[in-house]
Amino acid sequence: MNARTLPLVATVLIFIVAYALCYLQFPAILSTRVVGNLLTDNAFLGIVAVGMTFVIISGGIDLSVGSVIAFSGVFIAVLLRDTGLGPWPIFALLLIITTLFGAAMGATIHFLQMPPFIVTLAGMFLARGMAYVLSIDSVPISDDTISALQRIYWLLPGKGRLTLVGGLMLIVVLVGIVVAHRTRFGTNIYALGGGAQTARLMGVPVARTTIQVYALSGFLAGLSGIVFAIYTSAGYSLATVGVELDAIAAVVIGGTLLTGGSGFVAGTLIGVLIMGLIQTYITFDGSLSSWWTKIAIGMLLLGFIVLQKALVWAGGRRAEAASGKG
Amino acid sequence: MLDPTPGRVPLLRAAAVSKSFPGTKALDGVDFTLRAGEVHALLGENGAGKSTLVKCLTGAYRRDGGEIQLDGVSIDPRDTLDAQRLGIGTVYQEVNLLTNLTVAENLFLGHQPTWLGLVSTRRMNRQARALTAQYGLDIDVTRSLGSYSVAIQQIVAIARAVRLSGKVLILDEPTASLDAHEVDVLFDAISGLKERGLGIVFISHFLDQVFRITDRITVLRNGKLVGTEDTVSLDRLRLVNMMLGRELAEETRRTGKSGMRYDAEPRLRFSGFGRRGRIAPFDLAIQRGEVVGMAGLLGSGRTETAEVLFGVYPHDSGTAAKEGRALSLGSTRAAVAAGFGFLPEDRKTDGIIGELSIRENIALALQARIGWARPLSAKRQRAMADDFIRRLDIRTSDAEKPVGQLSGGNQQKVMLARWLATNPEFLILDEPTRGIDVGAHAEIIRLIEELCEGGMSLLVISSELEELVVYSHRVIVVRDRAHVAELVGEDITTTRIVNAIAGTPDSAEAAA
Ligand SMILES: Nc1ncnc2c1ncn2[C@@H]1O[C@H](COP(=O)(O)OP(=O)(O)OP(=O)(O)O)[C@@H](O)[C@H]1O
Ligand SMILES: [Mg+2]
Repeated sequence: MNARTLPLVATVLIFIVAYALCYLQFPAILSTRVVGNLLTDNAFLGIVAVGMTFVIISGGIDLSVGSVIAFSGVFIAVLLRDTGLGPWPIFALLLIITTLFGAAMGATIHFLQMPPFIVTLAGMFLARGMAYVLSIDSVPISDDTISALQRIYWLLPGKGRLTLVGGLMLIVVLVGIVVAHRTRFGTNIYALGGGAQTARLMGVPVARTTIQVYALSGFLAGLSGIVFAIYTSAGYSLATVGVELDAIAAVVIGGTLLTGGSGFVAGTLIGVLIMGLIQTYITFDGSLSSWWTKIAIGMLLLGFIVLQKALVWAGGRRAEAASGKG
Repeated sequence: MLDPTPGRVPLLRAAAVSKSFPGTKALDGVDFTLRAGEVHALLGENGAGKSTLVKCLTGAYRRDGGEIQLDGVSIDPRDTLDAQRLGIGTVYQEVNLLTNLTVAENLFLGHQPTWLGLVSTRRMNRQARALTAQYGLDIDVTRSLGSYSVAIQQIVAIARAVRLSGKVLILDEPTASLDAHEVDVLFDAISGLKERGLGIVFISHFLDQVFRITDRITVLRNGKLVGTEDTVSLDRLRLVNMMLGRELAEETRRTGKSGMRYDAEPRLRFSGFGRRGRIAPFDLAIQRGEVVGMAGLLGSGRTETAEVLFGVYPHDSGTAAKEGRALSLGSTRAAVAAGFGFLPEDRKTDGIIGELSIRENIALALQARIGWARPLSAKRQRAMADDFIRRLDIRTSDAEKPVGQLSGGNQQKVMLARWLATNPEFLILDEPTRGIDVGAHAEIIRLIEELCEGGMSLLVISSELEELVVYSHRVIVVRDRAHVAELVGEDITTTRIVNAIAGTPDSAEAAA
């Protein structure tokens, strides 16, 4: 087997085993109904995690996304309430804003040579602050189009429902996979994560790629915000605190190296689903505190980081043995 | 007066190119012309400005002044991509591509074959296979580049540059980690390109290779142009004098040193030492003040021996003894505690800390050895650094310069200084003169002799047999991951070493 795909395979295996264990205890968990809900409930996280995957593969991090989602919700709710604009122009406007916001962070990171951690941390406070400026209270959304979007679904065999937002997440993941593995932009992102200096000498447009990666993350955070607004029918500036960390966790569980240069969008989807599955299990059980989700995710994360270390180490050993220098 | 051939526009022409770094004038009004269909060597000592000139020509650095023309048209590449578009392909000295990408992706990065905007991976891999096959590589192009040896990575880097070079190919020390056969393959490729009318710039410290492949030679010294001459009109001595700006005495000694007194109890004795998959168990005893040379082809087990001795890969068989007493080894820590030092082959990745200054880098190893509880005074560090800068002739404006800003060869000297500062009893040097210019070369050979006279025991791995012959008391020959021969004293000659490496009996018998 290829050492590059090993983390992905490990993630898939863990997901299957975990699902099987849950199934033994609660057979109902295998129904399309539960699967449909899993996709719907985690749609916003999945979308934003795809963006995070690209950022992390490029060797960066984006801490602003949770705040951007909250900002998006408030932005949609307030504009729907206070202006005559319909939801579609508002969505378009929002996506432009969040994309530019991401691009601006990318430009700052590249041109001022600042660490992504600091720049996106500033972005996180900025976006959250802007949400507060728009409204401190939770603003309900009552719009016909949005309620209609909320009700769209495809009936799966077994009475499960694939909702619009769930489907949107799957589309984003598919597009993400294509971008990562089948476009020059995607390869450039991996190149950047492998070593920015080397990539520059090889002719990778480092500035453009960095800006595009954060712009993409901003765009997907905005899209995730739209999905979250549809899903909750409200905009609240205190919502989605810490979602950036959930996204990072999903990415790492999905087999992407935090050091950059290696990872899979498909793995991130599985990472999100594993986290959702734990949540579902706890709901089914009923007696467990929801904090167990956090504990389980924490342990999984630790396990994965250890696994990755072991793989990198074993891979290095094998390469050594295979090559042999003078 | 740039182009000596009247009536023909040179392919690439640089006029009065200058580039300064804080504290250094790396290039000072350098003129350089490259004709179509020639291989042009760019030579000079470490820090002469060769790599800097290459980077200015290819947009990796912005030059401070001067003009660059390609086919008679002024160009000003903003970055390396720009240069690639103009048809200039480059292998930079310190770059080994991206180890996290596949071989195919490395070859085609930025130029992947696409279909409707999507990379067609299958076509790319097929083309990559064809390309690597041309260089005699039979490798899986879909595996990550990092899973292959440095030599293979180097060939892939060259293959990429050749593919990108429509007009000009620049190779900055491309042969440093290649063995003789791989060099042949590379030179075949270069000859092919030459016939196609490309201009090729070739930088190397291997003068044999320079005389073998190049048509003209340009020499730089201290950032200034010394001159450009036809290769056939130059002999080795004059070339070296151009590079150094002074006369260099020819080495005379032909056979190894004799007269080593072999005590009953050597300083170090390794018995049945080895590690499965790396090096077969071997016996090795080293005296005080003895230099043991180690010869063998790339990949034969030379570096593996050193790494197992130093505990980079712990031994899984055998024992070690120091002055008759059992010595517990098995980690680099234990080795350092036992007074071992090891200058690895791949200095780029092993141990140099580019951000720290020369002084700090030198002080680091010594500080680690005496313990952090007793800090070295800044004054002492300074004195030590200045001493090594003088002794090893490290070219720098001062001791506080970050090591990352030194030229490749000078970084190597800093690494050597780091180990010397700890004053080890047993020092292992893996290719200490690779990438080092002629002047420093002689300097390092002198240093090796000086060290062993001071009582240090040395194990020196080198591909340069003439050099081994000069300083070794004994030469061990490695083949196929095992120690196969040992030559002592008067027996040490390059012919005998070559025969032992090749596994043929000595030429006298072979003739029969
Ligand atoms: N990025 C940098 N910052 C500061 N100084 C630099 C930098 N790069 C090179 N220099 C300095 O410029 C001079 C020329 O360096 P260059 O790398 O061109 O030498 P070189 O001829 O390639 O030597 P070598 O044979 O050792 O590779 C050296 O004095 C070096 O210290
Ligand atoms: Mg150089």
